Amino acid sequence: MLEQASPLRPKPGASDDERVIKLAVLAVGGQGGGVLADWITDVAERSGYIAQSTSVAGVAQRTGATIYYIEMARDTGRLPVFALSPSQGDVDILIAAELMEAGRAIIRGFVTPERTTLIASSHRIAAVSEKIEPGDGRASSEKVHATAEVAAKRFIAFDMEKIAAEHGTMISASLLGALAGSDALPFPRENYEQAIGAGGRGVKASLAAFGAAYDRARGIAVATAGDNASGKPAAPDTSSTAKVSGPETLLKGWQELATRIAALPKPVRDMAERGLKKVVDYQDIAYGGEYLDRLDKAIALDSAERGHALSVASAKHLANAMCYDDMIRVADLKTRSTRDRRVRKEVGVREGLVLQVTEYFHPRIEEFCGTLPVAIGSYIESRPKLAAFLDRRINRGRHIRTDSFTGFAMLWFIGGLRRWRGRLLRHKVEVEHLERWYGLALAHARENYALGLEILNCRRLIKGYSDTHARAQSKFDRVLSALALLEGREDAADWIRRLREAALKDEKGDMLDGALKTVATLNDAAR
Amino acid sequence: MAERSFAKEVEKLRLGAGQEFAGEGILAITKALLQCGVGYVGGYQGAPISHLMDVLADAQDILGELGVHFEASASEATATAMLAASVHYPIRGAATFKSTVGTNVASDALANLASGGVTGGALIIVGEDYGEGSSIMQERSHAFAMKSQVWLLDPRPNLPSIVKAVEDGFELSEASNTPVMLQVRIRCCHVHGHFIAKDNKRPPMSVADALSAPRRDTGRIVLPPASFLHEKEKVTKRWPAAVDFIKSRKINEVFGPDNGSIGIVMQGGMYNSVVRALQRLGLADTYGDTDVALYVLNAVYPLVDDEFLSFCEGKQAVLVVEEGQPNYIEQAFAAMLHKAERGTKLVGKEHLPMAGEYTGQVMLDGIGSFLRAYAPHLLPGEVRAPNKLGEGVDTADLINVVPGRPPGFCIGCPERPIFAATKLVEQELGKHHIASDIGCHLFSIMPPFELGATTMGYGLGPASASAFNSPEAKRRSISFVGDGGFWHNGLTSSIGNAVFNKNDGVIVIVDNFYSAATGGQDILSSRASNRTKSTKHPITEAMKGMGVKWLRHIDRTYDVGQMRDTLREALTTEEKGPKVIVASSECMLNRQRRERPLVDKAVKGGERVVKPKFGVDEDVCTGDHACMRLSGCPSLSVKSLDDPLRDDPVASIDQNCVGCGNCGEVADAAVLCPSFYRADVVHNPSRWDRFLESARRAVIGRLQRRRESRRLMFADA
Repeated sequence: MLEQASPLRPKPGASDDERVIKLAVLAVGGQGGGVLADWITDVAERSGYIAQSTSVAGVAQRTGATIYYIEMARDTGRLPVFALSPSQGDVDILIAAELMEAGRAIIRGFVTPERTTLIASSHRIAAVSEKIEPGDGRASSEKVHATAEVAAKRFIAFDMEKIAAEHGTMISASLLGALAGSDALPFPRENYEQAIGAGGRGVKASLAAFGAAYDRARGIAVATAGDNASGKPAAPDTSSTAKVSGPETLLKGWQELATRIAALPKPVRDMAERGLKKVVDYQDIAYGGEYLDRLDKAIALDSAERGHALSVASAKHLANAMCYDDMIRVADLKTRSTRDRRVRKEVGVREGLVLQVTEYFHPRIEEFCGTLPVAIGSYIESRPKLAAFLDRRINRGRHIRTDSFTGFAMLWFIGGLRRWRGRLLRHKVEVEHLERWYGLALAHARENYALGLEILNCRRLIKGYSDTHARAQSKFDRVLSALALLEGREDAADWIRRLREAALKDEKGDMLDGALKTVATLNDAAR
Repeated sequence: MAERSFAKEVEKLRLGAGQEFAGEGILAITKALLQCGVGYVGGYQGAPISHLMDVLADAQDILGELGVHFEASASEATATAMLAASVHYPIRGAATFKSTVGTNVASDALANLASGGVTGGALIIVGEDYGEGSSIMQERSHAFAMKSQVWLLDPRPNLPSIVKAVEDGFELSEASNTPVMLQVRIRCCHVHGHFIAKDNKRPPMSVADALSAPRRDTGRIVLPPASFLHEKEKVTKRWPAAVDFIKSRKINEVFGPDNGSIGIVMQGGMYNSVVRALQRLGLADTYGDTDVALYVLNAVYPLVDDEFLSFCEGKQAVLVVEEGQPNYIEQAFAAMLHKAERGTKLVGKEHLPMAGEYTGQVMLDGIGSFLRAYAPHLLPGEVRAPNKLGEGVDTADLINVVPGRPPGFCIGCPERPIFAATKLVEQELGKHHIASDIGCHLFSIMPPFELGATTMGYGLGPASASAFNSPEAKRRSISFVGDGGFWHNGLTSSIGNAVFNKNDGVIVIVDNFYSAATGGQDILSSRASNRTKSTKHPITEAMKGMGVKWLRHIDRTYDVGQMRDTLREALTTEEKGPKVIVASSECMLNRQRRERPLVDKAVKGGERVVKPKFGVDEDVCTGDHACMRLSGCPSLSVKSLDDPLRDDPVASIDQNCVGCGNCGEVADAAVLCPSFYRADVVHNPSRWDRFLESARRAVIGRLQRRRESRRLMFADA
């Protein structure tokens, strides 16, 4: 009976004439997926195919993940029955306009190794959940790349957003180029270009991006997924040999510091040089000397067998700790000529245009006192009524135009306070904090090297300004408060690392508090 | 002015007999209405039928030429009540809205309309917002049809079928004196396809004709004794007439062999997915020619007993494919078979899930399971005993990697700062009970804001907080309502109610000048001039009229500080009664659509134009992302620095930034950090601009050189 049924109806796809091609586009709302779907439909119709496209409009398009779906079949004079949404395991071509959307397509079962050509732009648009973590909440692109390589029949990925931006158009144009270049559809290139031309607006830019992506996809298609298929960024530029310039006397001082760097164990040198530059740039040569003095303490404890991990971590975090973010630092950075050039480049200020820059400051009494000499600053801080009185006068938002005389001059003046920084209240507070933390780390490192290292790494928690900075400090303190509980435990380092990671998960440190409770029960359990 | 313009597409509405129409499903329905000689159309926007309203709004000239009256109704109830014009007059009328939310609102008018019955054809086009992409509770319009005994069409989802359904709908309505609902699903509304057009028809009687010759008939008014007669008339006259029409006009279709031992019954809207499943099982070809008998219900209510029974004739088993629950159709068919004492086995939800969308995979599994159980001989070997191709790809790992991407506020959305301010005020005063409403502002419930506890219906935000009004309360409730919801229902149900009951809560009216979530349609308080509608009626005036005493108007929501201060005042003031804050700023999506062409033109024309954009100083940013926890703007994201000294990615603003100001205002109001800057680029600067700039740059350059010549400069710094 089986023989009766089977040959009666040849499955769609048995003959090329009757084959239905199924194509789905997964995009992030606002990327122009609708334009792409319209183009593809148009190309198919120009090529003697019947095509049907569908989408879900509405709120789904407001920055959320969306799907466009197209089915196509050669026009034989009869109307095919097309489905209105993609089915798992039944998609020939999947276009993902963003890398995580490619991952979503794979999860949803729209990508199968037997038949699916997966065309994905390798750029990332971070989801809200990835952005709001105080640490680094971003998803792993590598995992998506790795899975896509096995999940798809062919995987074509490169940064199509970049190509579109370079040609001043939307990603829909470069996605179409990649589709055409992939040869996954039996349509000639001219038909794609005609479809773009029929659209009417921004045709030239779209065609240019289309062409660039077409060539790129071709190259990959021929080379069968080479290294650049994964679209990974190039190896970071190790610019430690970058040039230093300045007055003779300062250069001489720098040379002396550089000699000290050269004498350091090899694994430490790179980080130490970066740190040193940051510190000297922040303050001066003498401060750089202090930095190296401090670093020497870690190196003295360290050894080659351990890969000098403690020293490298010290080099990194000491630099960050010594370059605390105060008003002077911010004012200094914002009044540099390099900053001006960077803003002009980022904003794209061409010749003949005028740039106006507004900065947003909101100083409070704390910042004000920090910028006063130690005696005066602590005098005010120890008198709450006076502090509150002054705060009412200081604490408000100030929008400062750094392209104007007065605005710039004000910041330039504050930046110039750098030279007295060592005598200011904030410096005293920061140095005390640094010494406490660094001393603690080194003291533990003698007994438990790993624990010392983790204490150093906790410096990562301290960041932000004002309230955010205060919250960060509190998290830092809370993590280190566990040290007493972990006294003598072999896995103390591990716990400190876990606590630090928990602290980076949310704003207030709820995860951290939970983890601390667990730590508190450790010893009870042991007993 | 709506988000999307159909000015070009509406020209397709002029196509004449024999010409081929190509376009979206929604546009095809509009064309079909005109081909049917419709006399008036009304409706309320909402996905998936927003475009129907937008097309009609853009087609006013064509409608005018034909003498068709079009209204952008105040609500679905209004739109349905409008169909009263077809009660006494032989005028065809149509109303359209999103369902089931719209049908909920419309049901008062619908029940009254259905009771008295109609003379002219009355068609209600409901966009069934069910399944993936839906934004509402998952329910069925079917229940409304049954409750009020109006007929429900559910055509196959292709353009010729839905165009025919519009024609059939009007005729069915007239033949049975009953309003007819035409249900179209989300994807069907947006499907691109073709059909052969007919000429448009002027309505034989226009609303103007009716006004000059008024008619009345007490027997059609819903009041005893007529209302008792209506109920009897429904079952004795209108129902049989409808069944006759459906049968004689062959509204329902049968495909496949007539002598098979099994069959599948389905809602028309399910036809394509059923055929796709059969294609994949090797039982149908590309064109839908199939080995399995199919009974396609283009009319799902009322059902035709003898049609169904004759389909079941000689069949051992029949599967009912009915999306959604309860399974009304399956139950009805089971009862028919039982009463007729037939042996055919009826199955449905045993093989298909009781709830949820019937996706391709669900359909393949369900129909496969049915066939394996009742007709395994039909299935080809590879389906009966499939050779699995490997294990498939393990995606378990990936599920933990790929982040969710729910919809959220657009770039530059004026509602973002309102919720940033709310979050800030909660940081000071503690958590509050927050009632949300329907609209874009409902995105506040998602990260990063996570504000809002309930949503109870359009315009019902403040109403849903009305119980929280106690003299012993130490904290007030906060409720939100959008301008769309406000004019739809909120003015009376929420504001009037709060004033009358002396509610002590805080009400925030989010005024973005449009019904924004549905696609930017104009409403009473829109600030734009509209050729055919009366706009520019301020919400604040309506508030005063309703008797609101504590009223604040914020005309720039991006002022986060003021927004926060106003909220704080509302939450702490001694004054009793509702505290209403109207927070107004134009929807950025619509504003950009309106302004961008003008700005580009001005720049090209040599006019002085200032374009704002925000940026982040990456060396000042410490990477704590506090700004993003108060924003969630797609344009504000994270990027890695090529610097081993830095562990965490810093904030970065991309090229899509529209310079709304939220970043700077939030950094200021929340005292975050000085990393943000606003860069205003002056295009076509005036002479004064240039002079000032060169003077400033000379002085600033000097100062910079002076300092930089006295310090070490690192090339990569």
